[in-house]
Amino acid sequence: MNHLAPLAVVVPLIAAGLLAGTASIASRLFADLVSVATAVATTVLCAILLARSGHHEVVYWFGGWHPRGEVALGIGFAIDPLGAGLATFVGAIMCAALLFSWRHLEAISHVYHALMLVFMAGMVGFCLTGDLFNLFVFFELLSVAAYALVGYRVDRRAPLEGSLNFAITNSLGGFIVLTGIALLYGRTGALNMAQIGETLAHQHTDGLMVVAFTLLVSGFFIKAAVVPFHFWLADAYSVAPTPVCAVLSAVMSELGLYAVVRIWWSCFHGALGGHEEALRMILVVAGVVTALVPAVLSFAQTHLKRMLAYATISYIGLFLIGVGLLSHDGLGGTAVYLVGDGFVKATLFICVGVIQHRKGHVDEYRLRGACRDLPYTGAVFVLAGLALASLPPFGTFLGKSLVEDAAVKQGFGWVIPVFVIASAVTGGAILRSAGRVFLGLGPPGESNPSFELDEQEDTETRGEASRSRTPGVLFVPAVLLLGAALAVGLVPGLPQAALRGAAVLQDRASYVAAVIHGAAGVVPHLPAPKSPNALDYLYGGLSTVAALVLAGFALFHEQWPGLLPSVVVSRAGAALWAVRRLNSGRVGDYVAWIAVGVTAFGAAFALTML
Amino acid sequence: MSRRARLWMFAPALAGMVALLIWGLTGLPDFGHYRGPYGKVLAKVAVPERKATNVVASTTFDYRGFDTLGEEMILFSAALGLVVLLRELRGEEEEDEEADDDEEGIEGREERTSDALRIFGLGLVGPTVVLGIYIVSHGALTPGGGFQGGLVLVTALLVVYLAGRYAAMRRVSPIPMLEVGEAGGATAFALIGLGGLVIAGIYMKNFIDPGTPKTLLSGGVIPLLNISVGLEVAGAFALAFTEFLDQTLLLRGSGGDES
Amino acid sequence: MSFLPYAVAAWLFGVGLYGVVTSRNLIHLVVCLTVVQSSTYVLLLAIGYVGAGKAPIFADIPQGTTVVDPVVQALTLTDVVVEAAVVALLLALVMQAHKRFGTLDPDELGVMRA
Repeated sequence: MNHLAPLAVVVPLIAAGLLAGTASIASRLFADLVSVATAVATTVLCAILLARSGHHEVVYWFGGWHPRGEVALGIGFAIDPLGAGLATFVGAIMCAALLFSWRHLEAISHVYHALMLVFMAGMVGFCLTGDLFNLFVFFELLSVAAYALVGYRVDRRAPLEGSLNFAITNSLGGFIVLTGIALLYGRTGALNMAQIGETLAHQHTDGLMVVAFTLLVSGFFIKAAVVPFHFWLADAYSVAPTPVCAVLSAVMSELGLYAVVRIWWSCFHGALGGHEEALRMILVVAGVVTALVPAVLSFAQTHLKRMLAYATISYIGLFLIGVGLLSHDGLGGTAVYLVGDGFVKATLFICVGVIQHRKGHVDEYRLRGACRDLPYTGAVFVLAGLALASLPPFGTFLGKSLVEDAAVKQGFGWVIPVFVIASAVTGGAILRSAGRVFLGLGPPGESNPSFELDEQEDTETRGEASRSRTPGVLFVPAVLLLGAALAVGLVPGLPQAALRGAAVLQDRASYVAAVIHGAAGVVPHLPAPKSPNALDYLYGGLSTVAALVLAGFALFHEQWPGLLPSVVVSRAGAALWAVRRLNSGRVGDYVAWIAVGVTAFGAAFALTML
Repeated sequence: MSRRARLWMFAPALAGMVALLIWGLTGLPDFGHYRGPYGKVLAKVAVPERKATNVVASTTFDYRGFDTLGEEMILFSAALGLVVLLRELRGEEEEDEEADDDEEGIEGREERTSDALRIFGLGLVGPTVVLGIYIVSHGALTPGGGFQGGLVLVTALLVVYLAGRYAAMRRVSPIPMLEVGEAGGATAFALIGLGGLVIAGIYMKNFIDPGTPKTLLSGGVIPLLNISVGLEVAGAFALAFTEFLDQTLLLRGSGGDES
Repeated sequence: MSFLPYAVAAWLFGVGLYGVVTSRNLIHLVVCLTVVQSSTYVLLLAIGYVGAGKAPIFADIPQGTTVVDPVVQALTLTDVVVEAAVVALLLALVMQAHKRFGTLDPDELGVMRA
């Protein structure tokens, strides 16, 4: 058996324990070195697993407990290309974040580094496991580490509130997932996903299956921040330390979607597979709403981190559309899109971190023109904003074109405008803020509403001396990440590999054979996906141009009064304000929305799948 | 959203959720007639294979030991998180020396407890520690194990606090010791699993002779895992208690609001 | 009568969730979250119960007697301790909230609006 599989999770855990245990005697440099080295090592391990899983599924039974007959006795890792790929991506983002924290973050002993390593271990285990309860355990592990990391600077009110909302809503998500697991265990007597899928496939669809599916999907959608479970994300990602934000935005939210994909294809596809049409429609509609509304909210923000938080939610919506198509090209295309976009988001957060490091806060209006002395950061920021708007040949453009092709194949061509609008609006928001912050364009003004979010920015960074120039180690990760986003779009064979990985994940029969019976799977041979054609370039160019137009409009609209009738403007403004006020910062509201969402999904599934 | 609006939105949603839940629950096998294969197989094979009479312990530490590693690490992160969240409250600019002064101030402010309480507490600490160690070490044989025994050990610490107040408790368990113990327990668990990889070829595989059932050293590696879990749980909860107590006493001492 | 344990689990879930949404005190809110937690434990243990089964500890009963499902017991066991740690984390946040906001009312916390 492949012994690297457990090491990918255990190495960071042991390193974290080591760092926490030696906190009083070791120096900050030691902690930084150990954490970065561990992150690099974990990334390498996951990359090796990715290479090995390309030929056949890598299955590892802990404790040597192989299945007896059809019953899985122990916990198994079932590693396929998409899971290993996601784990490698987690490692890469974590390396960049830890590198950035080296000079940026004022750490409290070595707790920060230990927590980041545990966070990484939890996410890697989440991607690799084949056991449902083990999935839940790693879900809780990464969540608890995230609660502690987001609340890192609770000496200010906004981070405290963000952390509380985050912790309460996501804990609830965990309990909902556990209830779903309990129901499945009661029905199938198994916790191994392959075994559950095999048992359910021979059973008649009934209420328990639908309810278990609803609960599992809802719980993971809370983590992924799909509308209406998304309210906590804007609060939490606005106030977390910047390197943590980069990791959260690039990977953690996407893991919720990965879990739903894994659970559908391994556990429920056999039993509920006949109702794919209905599920497709439900998921795509949810994705469309999640993509459009937060995109508009993102444009309305003037706090850079909160703007990026809403952009994150919008992209989760786009990914949900991609996976909701329930086809291998939809899933493979989303994988490419996710990785490209993750790199871009991390770049953006690190650029914001550089601004925070040099200027002490991230309010767009207050920063107007103040960052003219950060030309390189500005250039990277603008490029990343354009990449967010799907400028060819970035990875985001490639992923988007793959998903759009998949959508047309499934008869969902009407979602293409959604992709264009969402990427244009979010990209436009970035470009507008870049124009205002780095070039001083646009009218001066006040942030509305004026948060106390600014107070906390100052305490996160370390050192006064570094305020005059940006240390190299802060800037280099941003450039590397942007380069990676570009590479994703240019590496030949990547779409082919992603599509093949998606087909492997969706093949339940060979999954069961590999996991329960130890048979080597057959890797399907698929035709190579078409390179982006002229139409795809048209859409990519359209969204990029639209982003620039939107940014320009926002910056210069006062020079053209009367461009839009004032009635339209005031009505739109009032509607926008009403939607924005839903995000009230009160956890009671958020939990009420969660209940509404669970009931809505449950009713939708019940009506269409029975 | 006003509270009324929230309630108007939530009430039907709650009814819907509970209705969904009950609908799902009716699909379960009748209470008492559970027929799942996993538990049955384990109950049959655990004792002959693992020689540990406590099948729950076998499941937790052997068959599903990897889950327990994850749970250990969750405890570990939560304890670290507590350190981050509560140490901050002490005051953003305070140095360590000032913190020590504060501790002595706290000690001076607390009244001396009654003699009856002190004697009773003193008498209780010893047996509680012994009970805790007993429960931890017999996890493979009887109901018990690292989780339960660790909490009993924390109770001993609480008895010290009740009898001798804050000063005695801090003297018995300084925070660095708790941190090291807690990190050590978590790391030990992961390392024992690694021992399985190195010695027996697979992570978490039992590499110690299982022995005969009903003896203290049965279950192979299970007693070792129990000890590391006991250490971790005791360290984590003692740390939690100490940190919370620090804040409460500091708040009271500085004339802050009633907590 | 045999549905009662499951009904109790559903009831706990509902009551806990109601408490979380309508709470006026953060400590009360966190405790309501633990009530939702306990609903999952009741559900797990009720699922694993086998009629007239003994505890799955063969120290003094012969091998082969009917026992309740040991797997759910193991799941619940580790879960209880873990969730207690998470609640400790939440309560630490609540303690901070009391200091920074001066209030324990969750509805007063809306600093980040829109």
